[in-house]
Amino acid sequence: MERESSIKIRVTNLHKSFGENHVLRGVDLEVHRGESMVVIGGSGSGKTVLIKCIIGLMQPDEGKIYVNGFEISNLNEKEMNEVRKKFGMLFQWGALFDSMTVWENVGFGLRHQTHLKEEDIRRIASEKLALVGLKNVEDLMPSELSGGMRKRVSLARAIAIEPEILLYDEPTTGIDPIMADAINELIVEMREKLNVTSVAITHDMKSAYKIGDRIAMLYQGKIIEVGTPDEIKNSTNSIVRQFIEGRSEGPIKVVDPSLLVMRPQENGHAEKERRDERK
Amino acid sequence: MNPFRWVGSYTIRFLEEAGRIMILFAQTLGWIFRPPWEMREILKQMQEVGVRSFPVVVITAAFTGMVLALQSFTGFKRFGAETMVGTVVALSMTRELGPVLTGLMVSGRVGSAMAAELGTMRVTEQIDALYTLATNPIKYLIVPRFLAAIIMVPVLVIFADIIGILGGYLVSVQILGTNPTLYFRRTWNFLELNDLYIGLLKAFFFGMIIATISCYQGFSAQGGAEGVGRATTQAVVFSSLTILISNYFITALLF
Ligand SMILES: Nc1ncnc2c1ncn2[C@@H]1O[C@H](COP(=O)(O)OP(=O)(O)O)[C@@H](O)[C@H]1O
Ligand SMILES: [Mg+2]
Repeated sequence: MERESSIKIRVTNLHKSFGENHVLRGVDLEVHRGESMVVIGGSGSGKTVLIKCIIGLMQPDEGKIYVNGFEISNLNEKEMNEVRKKFGMLFQWGALFDSMTVWENVGFGLRHQTHLKEEDIRRIASEKLALVGLKNVEDLMPSELSGGMRKRVSLARAIAIEPEILLYDEPTTGIDPIMADAINELIVEMREKLNVTSVAITHDMKSAYKIGDRIAMLYQGKIIEVGTPDEIKNSTNSIVRQFIEGRSEGPIKVVDPSLLVMRPQENGHAEKERRDERK
Repeated sequence: MNPFRWVGSYTIRFLEEAGRIMILFAQTLGWIFRPPWEMREILKQMQEVGVRSFPVVVITAAFTGMVLALQSFTGFKRFGAETMVGTVVALSMTRELGPVLTGLMVSGRVGSAMAAELGTMRVTEQIDALYTLATNPIKYLIVPRFLAAIIMVPVLVIFADIIGILGGYLVSVQILGTNPTLYFRRTWNFLELNDLYIGLLKAFFFGMIIATISCYQGFSAQGGAEGVGRATTQAVVFSSLTILISNYFITALLF
């Protein structure tokens, strides 16, 4: 029981398939309260699917997910909605609402979940933007922002509702190395200042070492190793070694590069996968 | 491939798709009556549906009324019933052409825009982001579009009816030399309120069809920009076909 209460998120034997494509094949993962967990794995290994299952954007085929000791994998939409208020998520490309200004994006959760007045929402939005290092961007549209700024705004939106858990989907992908490092700093800062539990997924090892208290590697649908950054660096598992050293020869087989064109499914998801449609 | 298999697999795919559209439709209805309503979004969408389609609807209706007058005049002249042109234009516009042509134009202008916008939101994970901010995308995105369509398509049809009748009048009086008073008398004497109601009922259904199919296509878009393009095309094709087919059945039922 003592141990249990220190576990914020527990995933057991999680399975998820898309047709013939068996993406997750029994994932087990425990994230402690206040911990920063990083899940590493190659492109298409199912990292995004894993965190979308955790936040209830996808329905697992099998297995259970517990948050604060409560099972959340069998909740209906209404109950899940309450659970989602504990979460904030930073999407891979920001997923900012492009019909709204920056401050309206950041204040979206507040406008819909609280009864705050407009000017208070705007004030809080500015505070959160300042927290992620942005000033005087309130009235810009998302299309006017650079990639790094989009991620910051998205992060400000995720923390605006003061979540207990933050999920980061490839926080450093698609931005230049300097901006990536600034984002890493920011993630570390978020944990210190906001005292949140976080799960980040990435294939960027530099980022993983910097932001992770512990690192877990996802390979062929399972977590094959979990450990502190030092333990991972000194891992004897040849798959882990190949991945962290970024070598193309080894147990992980590289597919013919011509087959590795941007997988379209990465972002688009079939309607039927939504929890909402199960009601 | 075995032709039976081919037909079979297409039928199954079609039924699956139809089933998913019906589920989305039922969920939309479920959310419509649950406050709070997103008034801002609803007004924005009403403006979008109304303003976007108004010009094309006006032009379509005007020329349709005009050609109807011209065409029916040629026919009626052969048995000396030229004065009936007003009746034909009024009945055809209000019962059939007003709603059907408006429906087709709206699905082209508005249905495509809905599918493209929602499809983009889907592939850029904005719809997922709504869930994570504890906002239901059906309520927030589909309900306002649905309401806007079922309100604004009938409004557009009323305009189409009036403009079509005026177009017919213009051609009859200015070009064909019909007596203006006689033309209007023929229009009013035979036009029943019922004709208008049938047209508006159709418009209501067409609004529903356009919003449901287009939003469904947008929500199920998959695979980046290409997927959004596909969703947009399918939204227009499927809503247009559904409008034409259901139009026949509504007419047949109310005959
Ligand atoms: N909604 C979906 N429908 C079908 N296949 C999907 C869907 N989402 C993800 N996939 C598939 O799952 C696999 C893992 O995807 P993902 O989790 O996005 O990988 P990554 O580790 O790069 O984030 C990929 O093969 C992808 O094609
Ligand atoms: Mg991913």
